[in-house]
Amino acid sequence: MQKTMENKAIICRELTKEFGDFKAVDRISFEVNQGEIFGFLGANGAGKTTAMRILCGLSYPSSGEATVAGFDVYKQQEQIKKNIGYMSQKFSLYDNLTTLENIEFYGGVYGLSRPEIKERSAQLVHTLGLEKEVKKLVGDLPLGWKQKLAFSVAIFHRPKIVFLDEPTGGVDPITRRQFWDMIYEAAASGITVFVTTHYMDEAEYCHRISVMVDGRVEAIDSPANLKARFHTDSMDEVFYQLARGAKRTAD
Amino acid sequence: MISVSVKNISKLYGAVKAVDDVSFNVQQGELFGLIGPDGAGKTSLFRILTTLLLADHGTASVNGLDVVKDYRAIRNKIGYMPGRFSLYQDLTVNENLSFFAAIFGTSIEENYALIRDIYEQIKPFGNRRAGKLSGGMKQKLALCCALIHKPEVLFLDEPTTGVDVVSRKEFWEMLARLKEQQITIVVSTPYMDEARRCDRIALMQAGKIMSVETPERIIHNFPKPVYAVGATDLYGLLKELRVDPAVESCYAFGEYLHLTVLAATTSEQSIHSIVQKYQPKNLVIKEITPTIEDSFIRLMNEQNANAENDGE
Repeated sequence: MQKTMENKAIICRELTKEFGDFKAVDRISFEVNQGEIFGFLGANGAGKTTAMRILCGLSYPSSGEATVAGFDVYKQQEQIKKNIGYMSQKFSLYDNLTTLENIEFYGGVYGLSRPEIKERSAQLVHTLGLEKEVKKLVGDLPLGWKQKLAFSVAIFHRPKIVFLDEPTGGVDPITRRQFWDMIYEAAASGITVFVTTHYMDEAEYCHRISVMVDGRVEAIDSPANLKARFHTDSMDEVFYQLARGAKRTAD
Repeated sequence: MISVSVKNISKLYGAVKAVDDVSFNVQQGELFGLIGPDGAGKTSLFRILTTLLLADHGTASVNGLDVVKDYRAIRNKIGYMPGRFSLYQDLTVNENLSFFAAIFGTSIEENYALIRDIYEQIKPFGNRRAGKLSGGMKQKLALCCALIHKPEVLFLDEPTTGVDVVSRKEFWEMLARLKEQQITIVVSTPYMDEARRCDRIALMQAGKIMSVETPERIIHNFPKPVYAVGATDLYGLLKELRVDPAVESCYAFGEYLHLTVLAATTSEQSIHSIVQKYQPKNLVIKEITPTIEDSFIRLMNEQNANAENDGE
């Protein structure tokens, strides 16, 4: 690994994934800096999920190169999985385990020691203000709390990068903003955040965003620069201009 | 004429009040929005109005028919698109449409004019199984199936959730065209920015309706001037302003913070003197028209404060 690449959390070069003659991801190239909040946007069917699966070490690319936290997506999938966190809209929490059991379970899966788990879970419960809920089943928690817990669990093992796949779908506007507070705090602590969303105001909270259309990365820049480039003051309009030409939304 | 009437409807699941004493009316031909997050009670309300769920208290009617006594008659007059895709995944697009036409005793041809706009977009995929369609296409097929018997009232439960900006925009344009045909439409969404596309909206949270008004009225009723504040380190500034004693509320809205203050009279200068204390770089302050989301947050905070007072 070259020295200049050390502060890059993710590097993609001409990354491609084909299913038969269909190019789900078509030669995408980009870099994500360490500690950056990177928004990964795109129309439905643009290839976001496929690209994200490769970057999480769950699927092999057809061609091109990519490293995540310095590990190769072809040869080092297991190391990638150990060094990232992942949270999707469908929370990966166990409804029939308690709050504390969920935290301990994830700590165990990621190989933390007993004392580490004990110390960090006490700290986490305190930070989230969940003292009264530690013994409650997660299934009985309100959606907003589940979501905050799911995020906390995803970064419990202090990964280098956390992948968030539409993390705020369906929650109320206040909880949605509290969730972004947590994202900012995670980024400030040095965790790189890779996030997808359909809320364009949330795109504005990212340091940089990329927009995928038909398997390609059509634009990548800071929200302010993108708005300037498309002569508009709304991210909605930027997205609309980029994505309306998509052929694949029809499929 | 009143098309949908809801009077003091409540629905409990165990100790949870999913719908809590909700009342509103929808006029014939109106595009009416239920705006709120998951758990607000939108889906329960839809299921009560489409005669699929019994309320614990209250009454409701659709085009004069009672949701309990006249449930059979109601089912012939309404179209319902549930939040979860509920067409037959292993039937093709055309088979699904024919099936829904047949069970309502009609044919695709009979009401073709109504679905033409939407159907033509999915026609090229007529022989594809519904389960193999993309999200946007599934949504269009589901809308066609809900319209096939020319319903008088259309109930759409979160039709745009998880759908990208382009498809969402197209979907609302379709609804606007359906409205022109005098169909009453009740639609729910968690996206506050879609509220302004409705004639009137009900803002819902935790089983309760916080406000029923036109979007313009809801914005007009916002009691205070709202200032947009921009700076380089927006999150740093947000943390400072949130605990500033002069500040009433401060929330992130894209590239700006939306700020209201406690003082009765304000100006951009007075806001400037509050914010300037924190020496933000590239400071921008301007008074703005509040959004539906500003109103929603404000009403939600009031609701929470009331709930706390009641608890004491």
